[in-house]
Amino acid sequence: MSMTDEPLYPIAVLIDELKNDDIQLRLNSIRRLSTIARALGEERTRKELIPFLSENNDDDDEVLLAMAEELGVFIPYVGGVEHAYVLLPPLETLSTVEETCVREKAVESLCRVGSQMKESDLVEHFVPLVKRLAAGEWFTARVSACGVFHIAYPSAPDTVKTELRSIYTQLCQDDMPMVRRAAATNLGKFAATIESAHLKTDVMSMFDDLTQDDQDSVRLLAVEGCAALGKLLEPQDCVAHILPVIVNFSQDKSWRVRYMVANQLYELCEAVGPEPTRTELVPAYVRLLRDNEAEVRIAAAGKVTKFCRILNPELSIQHILPCVKELSTDSSQHVRSALASVIMGMAPVLGKDATIEHLLPIFLSLLKDEFPDVRLNIISKLDQVNQVIGIDLLSQSLLPAIVELAEDRHWRVRLAIIEYIPLLASQLGVGFFDDKLGALCMQWLQDKVHSIREAAANNVKRLAEEFGPEWAMQHIVPQVLEMINNPHYLYRMTILRAVSLLAPVMGSEITCSKLLPVVMTAAKDRVPNIKFNVAKVLQSLIPIVDQSVVEKTIRPGLVELSEDPDVDVRFFANQALQSIDNVMMSS
Amino acid sequence: MNGGDDEDVVAAPGEASPPLQWRFSQVFGERSAGEEVQPVDMISAIEFDHSGDHLATGDRGGRVVLFERSDAKHSSGARKDLEETDYPVRQPEFCYKTEFQSHDPAFDYLKSLEIEEKINKIRWCQTANGALYLLSTNDKTIKYWKVQDKKIKKICDINPDPSGAVGNGTVANGVPEANISSLRLPVVVTSHESSPVAKCRRVYPHAHDYHINSISNNSDGETFISADDLRINLWNLEISNQSFNIVDVKPEKMEDLSEVITAAEFHPTHCNMLAYSSSKGSIRLIDLRQSALCDSHSKLFEEPDTAGSKSFFTEIIASVSDIKFAKEGRYLLSRDYMTLKLWDINMDSGPVSTFQVHEYLKPKLCDLYENDSIFDKFECCISGNGLRAATGSYSNLFRVFGVSPGSTETTTLEASRNPMRRHVPVPSRPPRVGSMMGRGSESPGVDGNSNALDYTTKLLHLAWHPNENSIACAAGNSLYMYCA
Repeated sequence: MSMTDEPLYPIAVLIDELKNDDIQLRLNSIRRLSTIARALGEERTRKELIPFLSENNDDDDEVLLAMAEELGVFIPYVGGVEHAYVLLPPLETLSTVEETCVREKAVESLCRVGSQMKESDLVEHFVPLVKRLAAGEWFTARVSACGVFHIAYPSAPDTVKTELRSIYTQLCQDDMPMVRRAAATNLGKFAATIESAHLKTDVMSMFDDLTQDDQDSVRLLAVEGCAALGKLLEPQDCVAHILPVIVNFSQDKSWRVRYMVANQLYELCEAVGPEPTRTELVPAYVRLLRDNEAEVRIAAAGKVTKFCRILNPELSIQHILPCVKELSTDSSQHVRSALASVIMGMAPVLGKDATIEHLLPIFLSLLKDEFPDVRLNIISKLDQVNQVIGIDLLSQSLLPAIVELAEDRHWRVRLAIIEYIPLLASQLGVGFFDDKLGALCMQWLQDKVHSIREAAANNVKRLAEEFGPEWAMQHIVPQVLEMINNPHYLYRMTILRAVSLLAPVMGSEITCSKLLPVVMTAAKDRVPNIKFNVAKVLQSLIPIVDQSVVEKTIRPGLVELSEDPDVDVRFFANQALQSIDNVMMSS
Repeated sequence: MNGGDDEDVVAAPGEASPPLQWRFSQVFGERSAGEEVQPVDMISAIEFDHSGDHLATGDRGGRVVLFERSDAKHSSGARKDLEETDYPVRQPEFCYKTEFQSHDPAFDYLKSLEIEEKINKIRWCQTANGALYLLSTNDKTIKYWKVQDKKIKKICDINPDPSGAVGNGTVANGVPEANISSLRLPVVVTSHESSPVAKCRRVYPHAHDYHINSISNNSDGETFISADDLRINLWNLEISNQSFNIVDVKPEKMEDLSEVITAAEFHPTHCNMLAYSSSKGSIRLIDLRQSALCDSHSKLFEEPDTAGSKSFFTEIIASVSDIKFAKEGRYLLSRDYMTLKLWDINMDSGPVSTFQVHEYLKPKLCDLYENDSIFDKFECCISGNGLRAATGSYSNLFRVFGVSPGSTETTTLEASRNPMRRHVPVPSRPPRVGSMMGRGSESPGVDGNSNALDYTTKLLHLAWHPNENSIACAAGNSLYMYCA
């Protein structure tokens, strides 16, 4: 890279601030390390800057994190790939610090640098680094070592490969649970680079070590690796080695391990093939769906659709569906909620007839659940069922559920249902909406809670988008505008908000004829807060309406407001006037 | 009598080792005669780290003081044998390392409550990269501290100051080459002196409605628990904004409350087991594997109901003030107001043995209730080899019991330069008849002394060195250390 054309003095300051007392300045300097490097040139970067960084690694975590990140993309500044190895020493020290996020970033950068290095450099520089880390005195180094094996391994000569495998085996049996956890986490990545001849021997023995660990936290992570490992192996090997382990895990004493299995199980189905899935995995999964521990059932219930997608419909109906029925009346609301969030997705899997026969009763019972989250989850996924069986079969039960949620005493529940109203409207159609939901939407505009009113205003806009301005002119705008006479100023403010949102959707004509007059009337309100909101709304209307309207109506209104006794009203009126001028100048 | 040769029981096979001869070894913060103890200086927590090379104390003023072993370290393997055979062992010697302000007084504005800065518990964590880590807690907030020796660094050789650079540096269209090479990286000079610096790494706030009484690390090295009167929470050391409630004994209506959690500790090796004690004198062992919420225990340890007389005080004095697992995790020590009990976690019918600590106070319970002393929470500790246990008492006394079967060792020491001053030789106790009967009445010698007992000087906190016969205990603001 060529000498910089940046001025010298700022560079000098940046360099000095690498050691400033103020952490923000140090951070800034580190973030601009590439600028410093460009100024110093490649050679001095290699010979001075990088060694300097290697030595100064006792900084705050934030600075170290930034340094680890920058060094990952630093190859161009040290002279390209052939010099990439000079970046290893500072990253090596960073990968041994005690703060996990710094270490993880350093390992990520090591991998990024390593993956670009030439094979000979990898053998000469990267492999020794891996060994050093793996033999580190403190667990922090050994933890990091686990994450870089997959970079070093592929290019290493055979003898070194053997050594690396045996080192990893030791890491899987380290005294420190932290190291064993890291080994378990990275096993899949490492295994993907190992020749298949060694997979069955070395890797499986590491895997066995980890799956028999007495620390639950290690076994948990071994479970996570199951699917990744399974996909590397031939199906028959997977059936022979992984399947027994996972089936065993599905009956582990620790609910956390079973929880992991419940989360991962469906991924293994493909790896083992259909027959073992039917004979081994389905029974295991059914057990998990009926587990004693609610947390496990939550995880299992959450994967029910994914699992069924892999199975054929008969198996699903025969084995899984009975469990789903039980879960729909589970004693834990969280289990029912997890089920409700995915069960709608089963409809396309089972097809129309099975859905009507088996799923519909479950939908209906969940829609009447006492726990609002369950009902909400069903409603949020309505579209998936709609495609399969149409909405008619559901709509009878849907309406009471929606109305009840709409009037729930917890405002967060009301907020959640408002978010789904546009979706419902599009699924249920205009007719249904007009009859049943229109009134609710208006009612929310006058809710006691501000967040609800705000969401309601937004909802009105989304409905207008969904059904078009003409429909909105009939079913929304008149009702909304009527509320501008509400005696409470906060409610009037909500209407102003709705107007400003509706205007772009409704277009220039309706805005001028219907919305603008209302806003102009509100400009005469006795409450200053309304008046300065009028100024803001008027400002937002400027790009929508005709220039002539701006001059004839909006500007005079704003001028009047700009002479208001209230300082805030004057401020926003002036701001709006200024934006009129800006628009005029630019046009 | 329980057979001493029963292979089930405690460590060290064969006969019980001879009683230890305790010697004074060190004192920190000794009070001179007539000097008044400032409340903020009162030590409120003591803990050795796993290696025994460091000792931490916390005080009512929210400070944590660290001490470091200064005598040359022995090869640790042979050490235990040396002690057993009663060789003269070199005295362990600690020196002051550093101190830091861990907690400050705070005010909970929502509840209009003052939050004291007093350190309730200290627990050491895994060392890494040559730095020490520990958790400290007051009533509400747990903090994770790192203490590291930092070399003093000085920066010199800074680039030329702006005036100079502007003067000759900025030539239009790029900078002359000479100036680029004049850019210099700061040179950092590291001095040989280093000083320990404590840094708060994480704060775990807002998880407890009631006062935290215990914190305990898990053997997995990544989680710990914190317990208050009604709940136990599980934390990940790295995540300070989230914890999981694993035990909740709060009844639906607070009027129904009859029992609170008094202490909780993880099993030293089994990551899934933890024990907690209650104000009703029971200890529950729970298995985190069984379910996410561990409201139902997997084992309950209680003193079997004795037909003996119940009084108004029965329940108060039954309250467990501290529990400690022995090193291997099979035995559990508990302390209530009157006794020290050793439990085998494989035997839930009753304690393996009971040691009377305060028997002589029985007639005085009324007075003790009047002056609130009956609610004092004495801690207990067990030696690394599991052969002996110690616990505190009034008048700055503490007692050491041999807990191995057949041992009759009972020593009373005073936290002073002359620990044996008050010690009246105890006639050998009547042999135990089964474990339920306790250890009979205590020697009249101590009883005779008890008239002079001073309820204001109580020795609540003490810790046993993890692999030596060395005890650190707090008497007011002073830290006394004894070894044998």
